[in-house]
Amino acid sequence: MNYLIRRLLATLPVMAVVSMVVFLLIHLSPGDPAALIAGDLATGEDIAKLRIALGLDQPLWRQFFLWMGRLLSGDLGTSIFTQVPVTQLLAQRLEPTLSIAVLTMSLTLCVAVPMGTLAAYRAGTWIDQLVMVFAVLAFSVPVFLVGYLLIYTFAIQIPLFPVQGYMYLSKGVGPWLTSLVLPCVNLALVYIALITRMTRATVLEVLQEDYIRTARAKGLGVLAVLGHALRNAAIPIATTVGVGIALMIGGVVVTETVFAIPGIGRLVIDSVQHHDYPVIQSVLLLSAGVYVLINLLIDLSYRLFDPRIQY
Amino acid sequence: MGALLLGALLAGPAPAQAQTKTLRFVAHADVKILDPTFTTAYITRNFGYMVYDTLFAQDEKGQPKPQMVEKYTTSKDSKEWSFTLRPGLKFSDGSAVTPADAVASIQRWSVRDTFGGAMKAAGAEWTVVDARSFRLKLKEPFGMVLDALAKPSGFPLMVMPEGLAKLPTSAPLNEVLGSGPYIFKRDEWRPGNKVVFVRNPNYVARREPPSGLAGSKKSNFDRVEWLYLPDANSAIAALKNGEVDYVEQVPPDYIAPLRSDPGVKLMANSTQQAQLVMNQLHPPFNNPKVRQALLKAVSQERFNAAMGYPLDMRMTYCATYFICGSANDTPAGSEAYRTPDVAKAKQMLAESGYKGEKVVLLMTSDVTYLNALSLTMLQTMRSIGLNVEGLTMDWASIGARRARRDAPEAGGWSAYATVANEFAINSPIVSTYLSASCGNTLPGWPCDKPLDELRAAWIRETVPAKRRELLEAFHRRAYETVPYINLGQFSPAAAARKELKGADKMWGGMPNVWVLDK
Repeated sequence: MNYLIRRLLATLPVMAVVSMVVFLLIHLSPGDPAALIAGDLATGEDIAKLRIALGLDQPLWRQFFLWMGRLLSGDLGTSIFTQVPVTQLLAQRLEPTLSIAVLTMSLTLCVAVPMGTLAAYRAGTWIDQLVMVFAVLAFSVPVFLVGYLLIYTFAIQIPLFPVQGYMYLSKGVGPWLTSLVLPCVNLALVYIALITRMTRATVLEVLQEDYIRTARAKGLGVLAVLGHALRNAAIPIATTVGVGIALMIGGVVVTETVFAIPGIGRLVIDSVQHHDYPVIQSVLLLSAGVYVLINLLIDLSYRLFDPRIQY
Repeated sequence: MGALLLGALLAGPAPAQAQTKTLRFVAHADVKILDPTFTTAYITRNFGYMVYDTLFAQDEKGQPKPQMVEKYTTSKDSKEWSFTLRPGLKFSDGSAVTPADAVASIQRWSVRDTFGGAMKAAGAEWTVVDARSFRLKLKEPFGMVLDALAKPSGFPLMVMPEGLAKLPTSAPLNEVLGSGPYIFKRDEWRPGNKVVFVRNPNYVARREPPSGLAGSKKSNFDRVEWLYLPDANSAIAALKNGEVDYVEQVPPDYIAPLRSDPGVKLMANSTQQAQLVMNQLHPPFNNPKVRQALLKAVSQERFNAAMGYPLDMRMTYCATYFICGSANDTPAGSEAYRTPDVAKAKQMLAESGYKGEKVVLLMTSDVTYLNALSLTMLQTMRSIGLNVEGLTMDWASIGARRARRDAPEAGGWSAYATVANEFAINSPIVSTYLSASCGNTLPGWPCDKPLDELRAAWIRETVPAKRRELLEAFHRRAYETVPYINLGQFSPAAAARKELKGADKMWGGMPNVWVLDK
């Protein structure tokens, strides 16, 4: 518990530094949202008035402290362009992003861990080579290309799934799941490749340990031996899975764009392109928070796999 | 997992939604600003046409027709006008549309629109007469009152409740309340993804059939979903698959494959003009002779080809600054520039007094067709000996940079390429760069007093033959002073499912989706 409290307290300065860096970076980058909103025909006076209305005429330090003050009271602000509260924008985007992250990682674990373990157990055989060829291919073919191939095959030629769009869970589990199959398969391929290789390497190393030889000598079956091996190989796999989930929450822009999924990734890109400061600041802060939290969870999970680890 | 899949198979869409007749329309951009009186962004204008109605509207021939107005009269000298609203007009919340709403909306529009400003300069005074009528009094003749009130683009005159119209114009309105054919469903709005409209039960349609933006706007759909699909490949695949009914803007490289698809029909959705905007505050483009030299080197055919439009969707050459084939089409003054000639352009540049000053060309990276125009312009400028540096940046950054008045070498700029819709080009008063009088704050800051005087005379003139003479004189002067360069006229494509009826009646890139049915 002490460790948990210490870790949580340690996140506060991290988040403070992140918020300051994010704020400065986006405000010092070229581009003026007021000019963008005002459009082609706006006069300099129009733009100046708009800057005042948006509070962009204030000194940078004042804007920062105003933002921090609102943030501490739980107010993430309002989008400069759409005038929609940022919390509402995030709430709209969180479900698709979380859905993609959870389903993709579930699919990845279901496929990658058995496949990597099998490759390690059959190291050097044609099975191992086949798994490795698949892993290299899945990792090296660009995500957007696989996305288009999936759309062409499973949406146009064999119309099993929709080409684009996300159905919210409130519309039913069926439509929700159907809308996620292609994007999740698309995204999972990269993670399957990565985690398969990781699993193969770590399990292969563990299989050469003395205690495995002992277990085999004692007459334990294949599955029991692999169970032992996997538990000992789990820490690097858990780390990779954690980082993968954090990356997906931060945004998987290409997959979201190809399949028109309104997730966090597209929100970030869109906001950056339009210099929508309150949205960029909040999303980047959220991403940083998710990274910190997931890292903490990963560290805590190590104890599950190896009780010798003490904090 | 098995249980989840079983659930997936059993679950289906809600029955109420299955019965709703829905149009799924892939819009050319994402709706971000909901106030059509604040920005000229086409997507916001289109949003406006869905939810607001107009006093007058252009029909498919470009003629102004009464829309919310039932009847109007004018005095012999055209200085006094009276307008009567149609009976029973209501906003979508059920409240009545009154002349006070119309007058307040006109006053809001006059603050930003060039036509509105010109009417104000002619001494326009708007007053409410009675429960259905309002009046316009002008101090000076103004030949284009109905054209102004029916202006389709830029800032069209859309009628909103007086309370909204009187809010400050310094920031966009967030509240939306109109008397148009649809109601905006704010609770279903997902910025960056989807805008939903439902049929407005309080909309009072005209009896005349729809034509352009005029006539009845009675919707054939209960619900219209505007989808924003940033990936063109996915948008086209969704159209082929029948997931969407209409794609408003098809990239040029998808035109040929779609033409051979039996399930899809492809059509030109508007007319546009590619343009080069030049900074006329600083050398070298503050010198009209340098602008003329560059104009002489421009091959419209090359610029249009670079964008990738097929031959039947682009013009080889269009002499007019306005739209070729439109009522204001004139070649007056273009004679010396019909044939691009790099050698002659070089000679003109040498004779212009150009001293090798640096030209900073802002080149768009994130809009494919603008990037093509920029690259072709870079090559053209180099070919005649301009000392040009291309700065590549996204459109948003160009938007910010072009407002800077500094010299090009001090963080300013010299030129950038853009495109404009026909409604923002086709007359001296609606054309963004030809309507900008001296003292304007438009990036580029064009200024030519004789052009201003000719424009003012053309606006005042009410006799058609004299107006034509003035238009041609204006056009000749524009070719002498070159406020911007016309890089060519083309027609972007739209695509619809074969079973969608009325797609051929979509007009000028407008979202007149009330003509559609399936």
